[in-house]
Amino acid sequence: MKFNTLFLTCLSGLVRNPMRAALTVLGIVIGIAAVVAIMEIGEGSKKQVADKFSSMGANVVNIFGASVSTAGVSSGMGGRASLYAEDATAIMRECGDVVAAASPYVRASGQIIVGNRNWTPNSIKGGNEHYLSIEGWQIASGRAFTKKQVEEAARVCLIGNTIAQNLYEGKDPIGQDIRIKDVVFTVIGVLDTKGADGMGNDQDDTLILPWTSTRTRLAGGGGAAIISKGGAANSSASVSSTSTFSTSAVNFYPGSDLQPYSNAPHPLRTRTVDSLLVQVKDGIDPNKAMDAMTPVLRRQHQLEPGVLDDFEMRDRSQFKKMMTETTDTISSLLVAVAMISLVVGGVGIMNIMMVSVTERTREIGLRMAVGARPRDIMWQFLLEAVLLCLCGGLIGIACGRIASMFVSSKMGWPTATSAGAMVLSVSVAAAIGIIFGWYPAWKASKLDPIEALHHE
Amino acid sequence: MIELKNITKVYHVGEIDLPVLKGISLRIEDGEFVSLTGASGSGKSTLMNILGCLDHPSGGEYWIDGKNVAGLNADQRARLRNQRIGFVFQNFNLLPRTSALENVMMPAYYNHPPRSTAEIRKRALELIEMVGLTERMHHSPAQLSGGQQQRVAIARSLVNNPGILLADEPTGNLDSTTSVEVMNMFRDLNRKQGLTVIIVTHDRKTAAFTDRAINMCDGLILDGVSDELSATLSK
Repeated sequence: MKFNTLFLTCLSGLVRNPMRAALTVLGIVIGIAAVVAIMEIGEGSKKQVADKFSSMGANVVNIFGASVSTAGVSSGMGGRASLYAEDATAIMRECGDVVAAASPYVRASGQIIVGNRNWTPNSIKGGNEHYLSIEGWQIASGRAFTKKQVEEAARVCLIGNTIAQNLYEGKDPIGQDIRIKDVVFTVIGVLDTKGADGMGNDQDDTLILPWTSTRTRLAGGGGAAIISKGGAANSSASVSSTSTFSTSAVNFYPGSDLQPYSNAPHPLRTRTVDSLLVQVKDGIDPNKAMDAMTPVLRRQHQLEPGVLDDFEMRDRSQFKKMMTETTDTISSLLVAVAMISLVVGGVGIMNIMMVSVTERTREIGLRMAVGARPRDIMWQFLLEAVLLCLCGGLIGIACGRIASMFVSSKMGWPTATSAGAMVLSVSVAAAIGIIFGWYPAWKASKLDPIEALHHE
Repeated sequence: MIELKNITKVYHVGEIDLPVLKGISLRIEDGEFVSLTGASGSGKSTLMNILGCLDHPSGGEYWIDGKNVAGLNADQRARLRNQRIGFVFQNFNLLPRTSALENVMMPAYYNHPPRSTAEIRKRALELIEMVGLTERMHHSPAQLSGGQQQRVAIARSLVNNPGILLADEPTGNLDSTTSVEVMNMFRDLNRKQGLTVIIVTHDRKTAAFTDRAINMCDGLILDGVSDELSATLSK
């Protein structure tokens, strides 16, 4: 029998009894719909996790100074003040093929005073003009600081939404002056809301400055004039009034009197920055980027071969990978559960096919009498089961898509169409048709034509 | 030409062997119009199943056109039925919810080598016209009378141009007027197209239409076999 006639025979066999066909595929429809909906919701939450992480700065490598130990006391990571702002420039210049942007990073802390109000933000951060994009910050109003403002250690700042709420209560903070540690800064922009980070800390309780301003005006250090060996640069909040209001360019790179390359621990932070943030280009393995950056930093730090690195790199995307794997695991578990319902649907198919074979015994007998070989009968019933399952699969995909669209519009769950889900469910449906249709088809082909013809 | 030599058929019911055919020898020439009669239990249905290659005999030889078909397997018998034998049944056995035309076309789908659907359709339309149902060819069996259904069944039996037409109680479910129509149709097929027609019946009136009646009793042929053949075979 030719395939297309066989196909039409099966199709007319199904159309002859539409109610039975509909009830038979119901199980498959539900199973496939469940698989598709769950996979789409899973895909959506995976995407949401990825988005969340890109708001925290995805694909970012942190570079810290290495730990240092003296007389048995280890400083811990970042203990060695070995990183310089020039390192970030060098990385951007020389690793341009793997690195999108690099920024120095300087922390500070302090109280903000505006008029008769004050607020102590969670963090005061300093970076260069690339810092916002590396950390995934958007500007809600106002503008970001420029490269020139970074070079001049301009007294400008960007405030997070939490700070704006607490200090200005809905008034426009742009252009207003704030005081931190007696230094006056002008608010030039408000950051867009990010919400809590992975650990529950409010990311919007943040003040961002040019790193030069943070370093020289808040975190200690400052101009060469006020640096003294052994001075409490890191902890000092006292900044001379002349530098506070100085608008002239500051000398950020004083001489080499601090000997940052020496093995002795020196907590002084003047030219050095707390860490570097490097954004790896999309699609580039962070490990590859780290391999590219290591020789650049070693050369910058003039490390002889054989000398240990005086810096350490941490890939932030590992955390993202872990979270993505978690959502993956959960959604594949759910899919496994949905698969069980598919198996139940398959048993339903087998059940109805068995009934169908019994009900159509005379038809089978007749077909055999007029020349159908057992294998022709077998193919007919097998193809019928597969067709049923495929139809069920297609209807199921449609239902699953509708369900996931409903869930995303009514309950606000994120969903994403998953081509994999559709391919998987169609092949699973076909496989179910073959597996569960095989036994009834085989039974049909084994019927004796004489008995089948006289079956009542 | 159909020739049976000492055909036996034994059914095994549990431990007991039940002989149904006890040595049938029979020759039917091409173009004969024969009826096979006998009371129920005489073995005529079993003989018909063997003649129609639906069943294989326990012993003996069965020759169709000089070919021994007693030892064929299920697939080979299916092909033989498809090419050489047309079947007409007492209860018509049309596919339900399927048009008369589709019913007529159905056996040709199992042809080997396969024929094109257009070709099959053309042949089926000719046959439907021959049995006078052109206007009703899109009706399903439920929309046709018994006589019309049997005419569809006859058209179906002819779609593969068989040499032999085997009818099992073709008038059993029909009233007498329709029975006459159907039997006349068989006679026409025999006379005009030279088909070998074998009709299994217990009805004497139906058997009277045929040229020769083979009468069976208890698994043996009582009469109707040409004397010369029975003389040679009974030895």
